[in-house]
Amino acid sequence: MQKKQRRHWVKKWTSIFQNRRERITPWILLAPSLSGVCIFVLLPFADVVRRSFLNAVGSEFVGLKNYKSVLQNTAFELAAGNTVRFLAVCLPLLLSISLFLGLLLLRAGEKSGILKSGFLLPMAVPAGSVVLFWQLFFDKGGILNELLEQAGVRGADYMNTPKAFGVLVAVYLWKNLGYDMILWISGLLGIPDSLYEAAKMDGANGVMCFVHITCPLLLPTAFLTGILSLVNAFKVFREAYMIAGNYPHDSIYMLQNLFNNWFLKLDMQKMTAAAVMLALILGLILIGSQKIEEKWGRGM
Amino acid sequence: MGERNVKKRKVAVRILLTLFVVNLIFPVLLLAAGSFMGPEELKESYGSVLYGIDGELQWKLFPLYPTLKAYLQLLLDSPDFFVMFWNSCRQTFSVLAGQLLFGLPAAWALGRYRFPGRKVILYLYMILMILPFQVTMVSGYTVLSFFSVLDTHWAVILPGVFATFPVFLMTKFFQQIPDSLLEAAKVDGAGAAASFFYIGLPLGMPGIVSALILNFLEYWNAIEAPMTFLKTKSLLPVSLYLSNITVSDMGSAFAASILIMAPSIFLFACGQNYLEQGILASGLKE
Repeated sequence: MQKKQRRHWVKKWTSIFQNRRERITPWILLAPSLSGVCIFVLLPFADVVRRSFLNAVGSEFVGLKNYKSVLQNTAFELAAGNTVRFLAVCLPLLLSISLFLGLLLLRAGEKSGILKSGFLLPMAVPAGSVVLFWQLFFDKGGILNELLEQAGVRGADYMNTPKAFGVLVAVYLWKNLGYDMILWISGLLGIPDSLYEAAKMDGANGVMCFVHITCPLLLPTAFLTGILSLVNAFKVFREAYMIAGNYPHDSIYMLQNLFNNWFLKLDMQKMTAAAVMLALILGLILIGSQKIEEKWGRGM
Repeated sequence: MGERNVKKRKVAVRILLTLFVVNLIFPVLLLAAGSFMGPEELKESYGSVLYGIDGELQWKLFPLYPTLKAYLQLLLDSPDFFVMFWNSCRQTFSVLAGQLLFGLPAAWALGRYRFPGRKVILYLYMILMILPFQVTMVSGYTVLSFFSVLDTHWAVILPGVFATFPVFLMTKFFQQIPDSLLEAAKVDGAGAAASFFYIGLPLGMPGIVSALILNFLEYWNAIEAPMTFLKTKSLLPVSLYLSNITVSDMGSAFAASILIMAPSIFLFACGQNYLEQGILASGLKE
């Protein structure tokens, strides 16, 4: 009886399997990766969401209390403010400088392979090795101040004053210029030459070409580069941590520092609520960007 | 006349850019120079910053008395450095191997099959790939402690293996393989496995290589995860070496920083082309 039943089952499933082979194959291929993602990211994150609504012991539902206490926390205010300020300063700077350099590189002609490598090299340099240079460079008696002194300008203490913010901006730009430049160049090369030629026939000069042809056609690239730069901006914490440790100057106390310190203090309630909020914000940005891109894709 | 002007301008632009690039790679050059200095010269040049002794800082790009002392000391007489370097190798290469093992089939499925739910999964993978470490830090910690692998190599390796970025990247490259090729293979009687191994793998190789290079750079540079999930000092990767040394090790710090970046720079030099392709494909366009 049992044997018969089993045989029946096996038969049934093999036939289903064979009939739907095309349909099932992708899921079989996906299964290992997807289950890993579920086990290591999705399920525990669902647990974090759940815990963000509970009290410290995890026994009682407290509604949005944890969220409120995060938003009212002064350290959070400082860190979130700094992070937003950092993004507001860095992203426009990085995008415009890298675009400018990309245009120059294209102008310089094809033999710029070595130059391009030079721009990309910082991307390959680990934070844990170049930290020594940053220390030497930005120290009170360091290289930067010595250079300034030779130029007749008085130096400053960079790590222990609000100037630390500038240090972080510089490090971020150094690391990401090449990355963004590659994206810009591919966008620029995607604009057909015929457009420029036609415009020139009609008497347009270089600036007019840039404003009326390059800018609008580069918009999708700008968008993409902006999002990727935002993602990379969170990674500047590596450099920041290597240079300044867990408690840096107030002006560069970022969300990442705050998370770290809450983690060390095991302040799970605040951490869970803040993690959920950050995930929501970034998720919304991504989905919004996808929607806008789809619109563009249809429009063009 | 006009042509000559254009040429002149090109040269000027190139000189300008070269100057800029020299500034960008100045950190690496200075570290390299420092790594060939002996302890005496180091103290003389950078003592005011590194050891806190009196005197002026004198930086230079060419050591007066070049020596390999620092490298020899590091390689022969610093077990700490050796252990941490080896840890980095183990962690990074395990992550990469795992990413291929789990990521390749997933990317093949997402890139070559049309099935309900595909778009949702792609979106999910995309969101997960842009989330910064801090968002998944608590959840990662709980799950790693659940499997009681905290403070072992696995605590760094497992989350890395299931990172979604390589899957996404390889998916994009698999998508670019022309349909006609795979259909032709099917007509000739190739099964699903055969078409993956004989067409997918070779044609998707640029994608696989760029995923490997980008992820090598990422995990060789790992700082947050080991800092959070590892406690034992002898398990830490070499990326945290410089933040753990004392003044007495300063003599070899320059050589250490050069050795730490050497594998990344080497890969970069060999695979810059793939790196660029990878950057371009990381665009969040589906």
